[in-house]
Amino acid sequence: MTDNIKIVENATCTFCGCVCDDMDLHVDVEEKKIVKAKNACVLGRAWFAEHTIEDAPAAMIDGKEVSIEEAIEEAAQTLVKAKFPITYGLSDTTCEAQRQAVAISDFVKGTIDTTTSVCHGPSGLAFQGVGESTSTLGEVKNRADLVIYWGGNPAESHPRHFGRYAVTPKGMFTPGGKKDRTVVLVDVRKTKSSPVADILVRPKPGKDFEVLWALRALVKGKTLSNDIEKDTGVPLDVLKDLVERMKNCRFGVLFFGMGLTMTRGRHFNSGALLALANDLNEFTHFVAKPVRGHGNVTGADNVVSWQTGYPFGVNFSRGYPRFNPGEFTTVDTLSNGHADAALIIASDPASNFPKKAIDHLKRIPIIVLDTKSTETTKDAHVAFRTATYGINTTGTVYRMDDVAITLRPAFESPFPDDETILTGIRKRVHELMLAKHKAHGASGEAKVASPSKD
Amino acid sequence: MTASLRIINGRVYDPANGIDGEIKELCIKDAKIVDSVDDDASVINAHGMVIMPGGIDIHCHIAGPKVNMARKLQPEDKRHDPHPATPFTRSGTGGSVPSTFATGYRYATLGYTTAFDAAVPPLAARHVLEEFHDTPVIDKGYYVVLGNNVFMHQLIKEGRKEELKHAIAWWLNASKGYTPKIVNPGGDEPWKGKKNSNVHDIDEKDTVFEISPRDIIDAFIDVANELGLPHPPHLHCNNLGHSGNFETTIETMKTAGDRRLHIAHIQFHSYAGKLGENPLSAGREIVEYVNAHPNISTDVGQVMFGKSTVMTADAPSAYLTRGYTHSKWINADTENESGCGIAPYTYQEHVYTNALQWAIGLEIFLLSKDPWRIVFSTDSPNGASFTSYPKLVKLLMDKSYRDEEISRVNQRAMNKSILREIDREYSLYEIAIITRAGPARCLGLKNKGHLGIGADADITIYDDQEDKELMFNAPRYVIKSGHAVIADFEFTTDYYGKTLHIQPEFDQSIEDSIRPFFDDYYSVRFDNYAVTDYYLHDHEYIPTKQDAL
Repeated sequence: MTDNIKIVENATCTFCGCVCDDMDLHVDVEEKKIVKAKNACVLGRAWFAEHTIEDAPAAMIDGKEVSIEEAIEEAAQTLVKAKFPITYGLSDTTCEAQRQAVAISDFVKGTIDTTTSVCHGPSGLAFQGVGESTSTLGEVKNRADLVIYWGGNPAESHPRHFGRYAVTPKGMFTPGGKKDRTVVLVDVRKTKSSPVADILVRPKPGKDFEVLWALRALVKGKTLSNDIEKDTGVPLDVLKDLVERMKNCRFGVLFFGMGLTMTRGRHFNSGALLALANDLNEFTHFVAKPVRGHGNVTGADNVVSWQTGYPFGVNFSRGYPRFNPGEFTTVDTLSNGHADAALIIASDPASNFPKKAIDHLKRIPIIVLDTKSTETTKDAHVAFRTATYGINTTGTVYRMDDVAITLRPAFESPFPDDETILTGIRKRVHELMLAKHKAHGASGEAKVASPSKD
Repeated sequence: MTASLRIINGRVYDPANGIDGEIKELCIKDAKIVDSVDDDASVINAHGMVIMPGGIDIHCHIAGPKVNMARKLQPEDKRHDPHPATPFTRSGTGGSVPSTFATGYRYATLGYTTAFDAAVPPLAARHVLEEFHDTPVIDKGYYVVLGNNVFMHQLIKEGRKEELKHAIAWWLNASKGYTPKIVNPGGDEPWKGKKNSNVHDIDEKDTVFEISPRDIIDAFIDVANELGLPHPPHLHCNNLGHSGNFETTIETMKTAGDRRLHIAHIQFHSYAGKLGENPLSAGREIVEYVNAHPNISTDVGQVMFGKSTVMTADAPSAYLTRGYTHSKWINADTENESGCGIAPYTYQEHVYTNALQWAIGLEIFLLSKDPWRIVFSTDSPNGASFTSYPKLVKLLMDKSYRDEEISRVNQRAMNKSILREIDREYSLYEIAIITRAGPARCLGLKNKGHLGIGADADITIYDDQEDKELMFNAPRYVIKSGHAVIADFEFTTDYYGKTLHIQPEFDQSIEDSIRPFFDDYYSVRFDNYAVTDYYLHDHEYIPTKQDAL
């Protein structure tokens, strides 16, 4: 450790969807590392500590070091040549980079998808069917007197969710903090989050939908038989008590995680939960919110939506966006063998996708941008090593509640950022596509009459 | 490519300069209208064509969290309406809430070159600016939702008027906004804090801050006057959509006295009848008040039949819509700043209330005595998508077409309206006022809405056609900042307009009061809240009167 310590105040941690923006980072400028991250949770501390600068090539083609320009050219040529190029990842980079990635997909008439399709994709589908009553996290802090977590373990996945936003903070109408709130945890197992709960509800695994539907029925005043306990593992009295609390609270919130969205029922589960929150607005103010994982997965949803109209799983092969999860989502485009080139940004599908998808991924040229070496970069045709967002670069990220925050970098990286590389690829791809169009007669010149001679 | 350009032989409609269909040459250089250009300038021969300044939308919803949620919510609204890419322009999707690129290009293809998003909570400003950067062709700005800001309600309650002025100015700077927006004043607190209730009487004081909607409106008008804002507070009145709400609207306008105030989408606030029963028209009562009070400006918020999307910071009114549709619905609270509601909706010809709403909007247009102050809007996409503007122009310009349409809709509603008896037809000159010169004047945009020397070279050239819907649906040329973005009906290049915003002065010490409020009640750090210039890209700052002095 050197004496040359710089302090970056109000920096943002992009490890998880909490996107806490109150970090004070102590940066060893010479060693290029963060030696202390004040206010960070255990995950945040690890995130900041682990992102040091490794000695590695900035760009490689088939494992051999090349210049960045050569790599951009090869990436662009590969994407333009492909008949079904796919783009995937995007949840751990800035919105500025995501915008370029969608542009590339649009120009090459490819397919764009984000990690949403393997995490809260079902919530996105449920949202399209039901809508969502929701709120920013500050309103939860100020007003919520009933907080329910469903299918998640924030103590380990989002450690500051309790303390900064939803359980203990003192807000305008919750001056007593946790004392002013009732906390309910619904989960099939006991976790490190359980001690925070005033009420624990443990449904049988795979029975979330049935429990949610029973709650909806009770909210609507229907009668249920005691058999519900046999089906779901939750006694009728517990459900009735919960319904009374939900109907009579002042401001209720349902947070839900992948224990709900990625288990049996998937988007039916998310839909049932969103519908329950909507129904409760007949009695009181009630909101719901998926607890999103990656630092900027919410930004990815937003950028893809504003540019195409759809949140993920978007295909441009007809020259305009089409949305079809199950067809244009990445696990599917790979498993079906459709994709013939892949642009992977800040994600490692080769280590966590189903085997069939990985097998196909390994058969096609991969262009990858990542801050570190991964299973996916090992198989890459073109690999870029890029700077880490929020540590080395500025840019915009969206918190899980759609609040946009500007990043404050701690120290410079020798590697370019994702936006720079993707902008380079986007420009080159557009040039190549325009050249194709010109071959078919389009000029690109403004059609204004030539100067009058009289 | 801002080469100089000469437009010859066209019939020019430039009401701000009193030009009513004269054949007149226009010269353009460096994105501005100039008195002459060199002989080697490019030429557009506009023989047989109609030339107007680019259209200006004073009230629409085109960017930000609520708009994006409405996009995500409705794939069914988009699937049937793709917006293909061209070699120079990006692809997108349409429907009542188009994607960003489709929004910019579709405004351009109607001859519009400027649009203002009407409701942006400050916490959403960064998101809006990001979307603006992907919204091509048009210049853009937005009104900042401040009317239900909790910090400001505390200042109003405590009578701290001077601090309120500085706080509003600080927030307008921090969010890069254009003017304060007030939506359903006093309505957020009962909605969020008292089990989804609402405020209904303009003089009813809420239980938390003990201030009434009238107190809020009055305070904001005073501040806007003191700051010399180019556009007065932009007000969405209480009781939107309720039968009998016109009395609230008139009371609201009376609150202004002779001070400037803009009433948004006034059609939705012009209903007679009893609460809980079918509405009746109060179009005449409302328009007579506006006609007689030159301090008031308003946009109509016309309803057009077909698919729309209700999206508003007035969460209770969107919930009311959900009560009719029993369909999907979004509520989205922004901490300390705003509420929001979204609900897909379809206006139907055979439905009494929808037909009456349509008629009331047209009554207001046709009984207006001052087109400069009663300007064109559909509150897009609330009353209808902006893509329905050409049809609305035809309804205003063509009595026989209007009569045909009247015969197709609910006759019980038509019997309650005086629409059939009104013979007025708008002229091209008047259309140029309500879609161009009028909004520019209401907004205090000195370089827009006209074609005089020094004006922005934002120009639309239409083929003169008998069918005004066809005519206004497809300008032959659209020139944005001197670039012929559309020529011979086709995009020739891509172009990105700028953001329009204001920077009123404030006493820096107001931050000493705001900062602790953030520490206590916001979920983001005060130092990370204000939007930096990084997000502005191309922008123009519109002077306030204070700056001019």
